[in-house]
Amino acid sequence: MKRWLNPGFGLVFLFVLGMGLAPVFSKDAAAREIGFTVLLAISMASSLNIITGYTGYVSFGHVVFYGLGGYFGMYLIDQWDTPLPLAVLGGGAIAAVLAFLLGKAILRLRGAYFALATIGINEAMRTFVSNFDPFGGPTGIELQFSVYKPYGGAAQALWMTYYAVVGIAVFSVVFSYFLKSSKFGLGLMAIREDEDAAEVVGVVAPSAKTLAYVLSAFLPGMLGVLFFFKNGNVEPGDAFRLHFSIETLVMMMLGGQGTVMGPVIGALGYQRLRGILLTSDVKIGALPLKDFQLVIAGGLMLLIILFIPAGLVGWLRQRFARLRRYLV
Amino acid sequence: MDAITILSSLLDGLLIGFVYGIAAMGLNLIWGVMRVINLTHGALIALGMFGVYLLFSGLGLNPYLALILVAVLGLLAGIAIYYIAIERVINAPHLSTLLATFSVNMIIIGLGTAIFTTTPRDTGFSLGSIQAGPITLLGTRMVATLITLLVTGLLYAYLYRTRAGKSIRAVSNNRAAAELMGIPSTRILALSFGLGTMLAAIAGGLISTFFSFTILSGSVYELKSFIIGVLGGLGNPLGALLGGLILGVLEGVLPLAMPNTWVPVIEFLLFILILLLKPNGLLGGKQ
Repeated sequence: MKRWLNPGFGLVFLFVLGMGLAPVFSKDAAAREIGFTVLLAISMASSLNIITGYTGYVSFGHVVFYGLGGYFGMYLIDQWDTPLPLAVLGGGAIAAVLAFLLGKAILRLRGAYFALATIGINEAMRTFVSNFDPFGGPTGIELQFSVYKPYGGAAQALWMTYYAVVGIAVFSVVFSYFLKSSKFGLGLMAIREDEDAAEVVGVVAPSAKTLAYVLSAFLPGMLGVLFFFKNGNVEPGDAFRLHFSIETLVMMMLGGQGTVMGPVIGALGYQRLRGILLTSDVKIGALPLKDFQLVIAGGLMLLIILFIPAGLVGWLRQRFARLRRYLV
Repeated sequence: MDAITILSSLLDGLLIGFVYGIAAMGLNLIWGVMRVINLTHGALIALGMFGVYLLFSGLGLNPYLALILVAVLGLLAGIAIYYIAIERVINAPHLSTLLATFSVNMIIIGLGTAIFTTTPRDTGFSLGSIQAGPITLLGTRMVATLITLLVTGLLYAYLYRTRAGKSIRAVSNNRAAAELMGIPSTRILALSFGLGTMLAAIAGGLISTFFSFTILSGSVYELKSFIIGVLGGLGNPLGALLGGLILGVLEGVLPLAMPNTWVPVIEFLLFILILLLKPNGLLGGKQ
């Protein structure tokens, strides 16, 4: 119970909950769309934080769980008329199974070799799904409009997916906080600092790493189903976009990896910046500023990596030792 | 399926394999010397393509003369990228160098997309072809193979015969010991990074003489370079050439046995398997 009372955690918990509920009360569809993107980003970054921030294994292929989960859920909905909640759980479950199967094998690789393997797995999955007929091959799966009927029409279905994403985002924050302060979480951080030393003091590294990988894969699998259900269709290129993986890493880094607040702040900041760049009317020469979205995002990211590699929360923790108790 | 079809697919595969090899060599050299996976690699390949294209179609320069200029620019660009983006994080955990090179990649791709858009380009350059019995060999691909062999030879001569090359090998063996021997390691690292990006730019320039491309095309060759690097052993430039040939032959021959779209699936599965079973590559020794 005492853990719930940490003011830092309380703040970030209430913040995510409040941000999620605001569009529900205002019934504003535009705010809901922005909220959906930001909450999805928060959940993705928080789940990646478990394997990369806590355990220290840099995954460039986090999107493989999102894509596979999304595909499997869409397949269940399209072919078997599965209700959305079950399909979402199914997407999470298949992502977790994939992580379990992969975990034992690729988590033996350390450092950059692991990062490369995760890229390889994502590409292998993308090219495989493009050839896999039950998932629609290169054209993917497109939902009939009638699937939205049981949920009271497409407009109502959009609200449903939104409630689900709010729930997942709040859960991801609570989960990463309690994981971090649990004995298991401490074991993961010991692995991050020195894997051999962690084993010597009794952390069963292979099992712990695999479990961490499974835990970090479950939420992306569920999020994928929600996103593509809302979207109405899924294609291999959208589902397994390497760039999305890297954006997730950047969001986690911006806020501060290995912290609970970091991924939330990073996701919010990154998505805000993107929104501002995409809708701005400013011109550079003859070209609108939004053409330079990638350049500005890249430049900013480079500055952060070079000068504050610990991210915002990490930097504050180093700078103000007294605040560390609250900067979870 | 007759022998001639197989032979011509094999030859096609081998010729493209040399180009894959030179594309991967740069990535491999950089990994070998400084343990950095260079995620700007694809963007630099794409810049090489545009360099040759612009010099050829804009100024009417012969593509192979343009290639020399592109190589020099690639070297300078690499040295600049090293000092701007990598030097500060060279000793930081892997995530930092991966993301630092990726952000440079984003900047280059972003600028390239804004300036050149993503319309496919084609140099429209041709050297005719050679007819050997039933087999046709494209002139541009033959020249690309010769240039690859020449560049590989020069690279090895440089690494083994010159003082700077020997310093590069010393730094890649043991940076601390090399520094104690008075080797200016920062300058050598910058030089190695420059050489790696130069090779990427040359590869891009060669590819632009026979394939159409956009600013985003580099990422395909970057992924192939990862596969090749792992096939031939990360850090071993000659292994990259071997890995490139293996990949080229696979791409030439596999479509005879299966639909074309399955080929990348096989490639990436092979990549993961080798990474798991022999992370030092087919030529590499035990860890």
